Amino acid sequence: MKLVIRNGRVVDPKNKIDRKVDILIENGKIVKIGESTQFRPGDVTRSTVTIDATEKVVAPGLIDMHTHLREPGREDEETIASGTRAAAQGGFTSICCMPNTQPVIDSVSGVKFISTTASQEGVVNVYPIGSITKAQKGEELAEIGKMRIAGIVGISDDGSPVMNTQIMRRALEYAKMFNLPVISHCEDLNLSMDGVMNEGFTSTILGLKGIPRQAEEIIVARDIALAELTGGKLHLAHISTRRSVELICQAKRKKVKVTCETAPHYFSLSEEDVRDYNTNTKTNPPLRTKDDIKALCEGLADGTIDCIASDHAPHLEEEKDLEYNIAPFGIIGLETMVPLIITNLVNRKILGLGEAIAKLTVNPANILGLEKGSLSIGSDADITIIDLNLRKRIGNEFISQSRNSPFIGMELQGFPVATIVGGRVVMENGKIV
Amino acid sequence: MRLKHKDLLGLEYLDRDEINLILETAKPFKELFTRSVKKVPPLRGKTVVLLFYEPSTRTRVSFELAAKRLSADVLNISAATSSVAKGESLVDTAKTLEAMKADFVVIRHSMAGAPQILARTITASIINAGDGTHEHPTQGLLDMFTIWEKKGSLSDLKVAIVGDILHSRVARSNIWGLNKMGAKVYVVGPATLIPPRIEEMGVKVYYELGEIIEELDVINILRIQMERQKENLFPTLREYNEIFGITEERLKRAKKDLLVMHPGPMNRGIEISSSVADSSRSVITEQVTNGIAVRMAVLYLLAGGDSQGVKQ
Repeated sequence: MKLVIRNGRVVDPKNKIDRKVDILIENGKIVKIGESTQFRPGDVTRSTVTIDATEKVVAPGLIDMHTHLREPGREDEETIASGTRAAAQGGFTSICCMPNTQPVIDSVSGVKFISTTASQEGVVNVYPIGSITKAQKGEELAEIGKMRIAGIVGISDDGSPVMNTQIMRRALEYAKMFNLPVISHCEDLNLSMDGVMNEGFTSTILGLKGIPRQAEEIIVARDIALAELTGGKLHLAHISTRRSVELICQAKRKKVKVTCETAPHYFSLSEEDVRDYNTNTKTNPPLRTKDDIKALCEGLADGTIDCIASDHAPHLEEEKDLEYNIAPFGIIGLETMVPLIITNLVNRKILGLGEAIAKLTVNPANILGLEKGSLSIGSDADITIIDLNLRKRIGNEFISQSRNSPFIGMELQGFPVATIVGGRVVMENGKIV
Repeated sequence: MRLKHKDLLGLEYLDRDEINLILETAKPFKELFTRSVKKVPPLRGKTVVLLFYEPSTRTRVSFELAAKRLSADVLNISAATSSVAKGESLVDTAKTLEAMKADFVVIRHSMAGAPQILARTITASIINAGDGTHEHPTQGLLDMFTIWEKKGSLSDLKVAIVGDILHSRVARSNIWGLNKMGAKVYVVGPATLIPPRIEEMGVKVYYELGEIIEELDVINILRIQMERQKENLFPTLREYNEIFGITEERLKRAKKDLLVMHPGPMNRGIEISSSVADSSRSVITEQVTNGIAVRMAVLYLLAGGDSQGVKQ
């Protein structure tokens, strides 16, 4: 089967392409990229499916390296089927799912369950992340090597960070053999205890218990020190404060093997958005301040922050429609990530379009060791088409099973209009195929 | 003049004129208490629900008396005896009250923001009777009324709030209100019980009452909760009393007409000595009387009453 994408502006940061070319796809692989005049007769025949991408951007399929699919255990919130459809709707062709399910993905059987279910019910590529410790209890290492063989691309105790420094040291050391990134959720649990929002003036006047920024920064500093000690590959998840960015920038200058990501809500919203006690603003780490937003933008622009990931964390309306103190942490992000990046970073000239796309393609692919994230000849035909001019108000309806988004009602610009996975169109014109 | 909002969620959301209106309106209501018949009709036919998720005697009884003296029908719901104990969400409870056509819901809750949830869910007027560590607006208003009555004005007065500021909704409401009325506010307490960046609310922070005692017109002493000791916020109650407890000795250099206030219930011998609590400077029992008048004013004004009506 053949597919041709015509007249689009092709932006492929890995291959340094940013120009109007056509892409020919055959049997799920990219076979040709060039001006339409360079195509030979026979390249495009009557049976070739044509996608017209005039005035649209054609990018390598986007990768979200941090999502929560909730299956197994909380299929009422999200499933692999619904989560991968939400990903396709949001322009993602590959996603990594965090292991904090019920049970935790800490063994080969768990990894196999994810992979099998994803291949049967999913519509995008799913790469499982295994836990660092058994049941994410922070006490004993999980079978990292066996899970690696079964297909994990990283390890993380996301959601319940490893507080024991010795165990974190061992994890970085051990995972180094497999070239697996250790993805750290940076939070000193003793310091953040019972906190529900950023500690500061806003938490004081709202009477909500604060989480000091230092709860994140202390573990960022600790894990950088451990990466230096072990030579392990450290990836810091959902970075949210100025000092975290500064610490990572310093570490990178010293050639420590550290990378990091932030999530769209951290550069789009601040603690002031908690003012009306809307629990859809409750997330961990918490929304910070305008100054942190500035620092994150600087870190994104200068390359300190390698990736943008959604930290898509679905929760039921019943769970969220409670008092701020007892509502769970987390907000959904797959379907709003691209427009938030276009609206808040690209249109404001914080990132060039190519730089933004790199943070969603080649950079996460490099960190995770995936043969993805580019439009190289011969690679899988994972492609995302984005309409930079499309403006929409975020409604109350999502493909995700959950609706816990603080962006409902917001008007944004720049939405994905087609998602192609392995040469198969899975989303077109905002509809899952 | 009337209040601008249907709800009273906190003093942060009122302006100076609205606070003045409430204080002025409370005055004739207080005069009513000296009569043999203490009841007036403006809320006849209205239903006031007292929805208390936290045990409270003082505030609940005060609201109940205020509503009854305005001739409203009063319904008491406490967390221990209702569907709340069966795990019903606040939003569902709110919808039930809406269906019962309650005109007012007075809510006390252990979590900040609970009154906001009610206010955006139902059309009844919501009165915050204390939400977590956020606000307790009627306490702030009755404290201001008490000061205003004794001193004639609030502007340029120096008021210290002493104790556990971090967990105090009373402190927050007092700070918002007093600042709007032109008073100068100091907060005094252990560094572990001073919330972050409270200076930005327009107060000065002290760890030692001695530095400011001579200038003060009012000292408002907060209750110290025994549980805080377990959270390592201070070592022992004895040490707290030694450093921050208000005794005659500590008030020696104070102005003769210093007002001593406490929102109650008091821990005598811990944050306040008995001799101070019972001294001529203390207006602690008067605060209780004033609380009823201020709550009548709030109910009356939220029902759409204006300053003209109450004088007639």
